[in-house]
Amino acid sequence: MTEGLTKAAARNIFYGGSLFFFLLFAALTAHSHWYMVNESTDSEGLSESVELGKHVWEENMCINCHSIMGEGAYFAPELANVWERYGGHENPEGARMALTAWMKAQPTGAPGRRQMPQFNLSDEELNALIDFLKWTDSINDQEWPPHPAG
Amino acid sequence: MKYETQKVALPFFMVAMALFALQIVFGLLAATVYIAPNFMAELMPFNIMRVSHTNLLIVWLLIGFMGATYYLMPEETEREIHSPGLAYLQLAIFAFAGAAALVGYQFGIHEGREFLEQPFWIKVLITISYLMFLFNTSMTLLKGRKTAINLVLMLGLSLAAVFWLFAFYNPSNLAVDKLYWWWVVHLWVEGVWELIMASLLGYLLIKMSGVDREVIEKWLYVIVGLSLFSGLLGTGHHYYWIGAPSYWQPIGSIFSTLEVIPFFAMVVFAFYMFWKGSRNHPNKAAMLWSLGCPTIAFFGAGVWGFMHTLSFINYYTHGTQVTAAHGHLAFYGAYVMLILAIVTYALPQLRRTQPYNQVMNMWGFWIMTAAMCFMTFTLTFAGVVQTHLQRVLGMNYMEVQSQLDLFYVMRLGAGVAVAVAAGLLLYSFFGPAREQVPATSKPLTAAE
Repeated sequence: MTEGLTKAAARNIFYGGSLFFFLLFAALTAHSHWYMVNESTDSEGLSESVELGKHVWEENMCINCHSIMGEGAYFAPELANVWERYGGHENPEGARMALTAWMKAQPTGAPGRRQMPQFNLSDEELNALIDFLKWTDSINDQEWPPHPAG
Repeated sequence: MKYETQKVALPFFMVAMALFALQIVFGLLAATVYIAPNFMAELMPFNIMRVSHTNLLIVWLLIGFMGATYYLMPEETEREIHSPGLAYLQLAIFAFAGAAALVGYQFGIHEGREFLEQPFWIKVLITISYLMFLFNTSMTLLKGRKTAINLVLMLGLSLAAVFWLFAFYNPSNLAVDKLYWWWVVHLWVEGVWELIMASLLGYLLIKMSGVDREVIEKWLYVIVGLSLFSGLLGTGHHYYWIGAPSYWQPIGSIFSTLEVIPFFAMVVFAFYMFWKGSRNHPNKAAMLWSLGCPTIAFFGAGVWGFMHTLSFINYYTHGTQVTAAHGHLAFYGAYVMLILAIVTYALPQLRRTQPYNQVMNMWGFWIMTAAMCFMTFTLTFAGVVQTHLQRVLGMNYMEVQSQLDLFYVMRLGAGVAVAVAAGLLLYSFFGPAREQVPATSKPLTAAE
């Protein structure tokens, strides 16, 4: 450190600068919140079923194997775009059926393949979970991930 | 040890080390599933192992921070802890909450947001215990001497409590959920925890290097300033792909690149102070950890963080094994090694013996650090291959994972070495004391 900087000056720069950057960060976060609610997510489509689906997602702690929008455990496939991967954009009914069948078929028991537990979801819960994943797929997230593979 | 109530720290360190050992056990289980996918698939699914591994880490680090605070606060404030009884009570509540969460996870009782999986009532218990801790230490500080070390430490600990409150906010809009989830996760580990880290390091340097407090405290303010100036807006590197505005890409890229600077400053800080210092402290193992901590933090948090923080790179690497590699070495360097440094420094004094079992402790240091680096390298290579196959070529996730087996085998091997090193460390901490003071050091005259 240069000899010119005193401890008191360093302290004041720390407190003042941190406050400045915190306020800037808080303001940008507030704007991002507004942007998410009004621009990048489908607030009107956030139905009770989507909400229930998010609850099912959390109750079964899917995040500690899968990732969603890149965040999670990296042990199982990314699910923010699973709707797209299952062809939901072209054939929503087919995608819903395929996802339902997949969930019901777990665990596969295939030796040497990572196992997904059977969560015994009711039809309502399964539908809600799929609604949640479909809603998540519609978030405008700067075109991430680069491939449908997730 | 000058003050009687410093001994409050001992049970904190014992609980922290026990949970550290358990964390490694769950890590080994999870790493085993990567190479033998049917392992315990019915008994304990992977998500349960993983939540146990990450939650144990957070809980034992917090208990370690508390123990460290109780240990240094009397020396820094020059008075006894406000209430030792309150300290034991809040430890009991915190340890109970952690244990209840861990047991509950095995039976599927949990919430579902990453790292914040604790059921609501456990979050409340954690909050109560933590507020008791803040009250106890703040009362000690208010009546005693205020130094930059204890002020910055208390600021970091208090802000951690403030940001923790966002754990109670779970909006139904997933994008908004993530926006504020990072207010806990990022603002802790890349924000206010760095205040805790820098002040604890500063304390160790004052004690062991003998450099003038004024110099160290000036450095401390510069470092924590750099941490927050870069780290607050650096949160933007988590806002690239969650539905936030695109301005986070330049902001996040620039400021999270700057996050490397405070970590580098901490390396220079530690080495420069030991080089400049005149004191020949007999606890060489504690010196080793105090130098190792900022060094590995610089590589794990700084270099490995920078590697994938620029938005146009992160677009491809986000959520791959590259992230896992960075996460492991960053936590190990910045926070695990920090607590191990404090424990190595404080335990001989808490147990009222001279520095002991130093050679075994240093073996633990080198084996564990080498193994963590090796683990990070294997995960990095796995992540690079994954990024190319999955994100560039667009190959299916499961197919890509089957290409990574070799890396996962090596990662498990590294994990076993970490477990061996942890065994050595625990034995050197709590086993029978064998006095080992280097020939160049004269015995301690007073508790330093």
